[in-house]
Amino acid sequence: MRITGDIQERLLAHARREAPLEACGYLAVKDGVLAGIHELTNCDKSPEHFSFDPREQFAATREARAKGTSLEAVYHSHPASPARPSAEDIRLAYDAGKLYVIVSLADGHEDVRAFWIKNGQVTEETLEVVHDDRL
Amino acid sequence: MTLKVNGKVFTAAEAALTVAEVLQRSSVANPEMVAVQLNGEFVAKEKLAQTPVAQDDEVDFIYFMGGGAKRDI
Repeated sequence: MRITGDIQERLLAHARREAPLEACGYLAVKDGVLAGIHELTNCDKSPEHFSFDPREQFAATREARAKGTSLEAVYHSHPASPARPSAEDIRLAYDAGKLYVIVSLADGHEDVRAFWIKNGQVTEETLEVVHDDRL
Repeated sequence: MTLKVNGKVFTAAEAALTVAEVLQRSSVANPEMVAVQLNGEFVAKEKLAQTPVAQDDEVDFIYFMGGGAKRDI
């Protein structure tokens, strides 16, 4: 999956801003590229958990639809642990159609990785950063 | 009957369907883990099977999204 450099930077900025709490939101696809970001409230306000607000989820979905994009990825941050799905992430990944993006800020090192999670099975998806002003 | 489900056209041969049946036909594997709106209004989980849809209705559903770093593997 490709992601624009701008969106990757905004993803990291959201994670930094919310740290030590977890940040979360959706990423929108346009022309096959992750080219939009919808920051959502972490209702758990926790350094170890996140959950979305359904009202914000519906609002983001409609906003993306109006822009001609679709919300095909979910992201959250791990402020102090690696960018890989935790047991809780896997257990709560009910939407197998979404790409799960995890941002790590652990040990002062920033990392962004993406995974498909289906029936408890995790498969990493390579994120290719692209720079395209048209997106 | 023609509806819009998550913004896409959904067609059913039947004249009568419930929201629960629309979810089932939309391959929602865990209906207890979705929130549903019918024409922009939330439908309570316990009412999904009793709430009918009508021609041109808009059904939207989103999955519960949560997780976190705890119990990292």
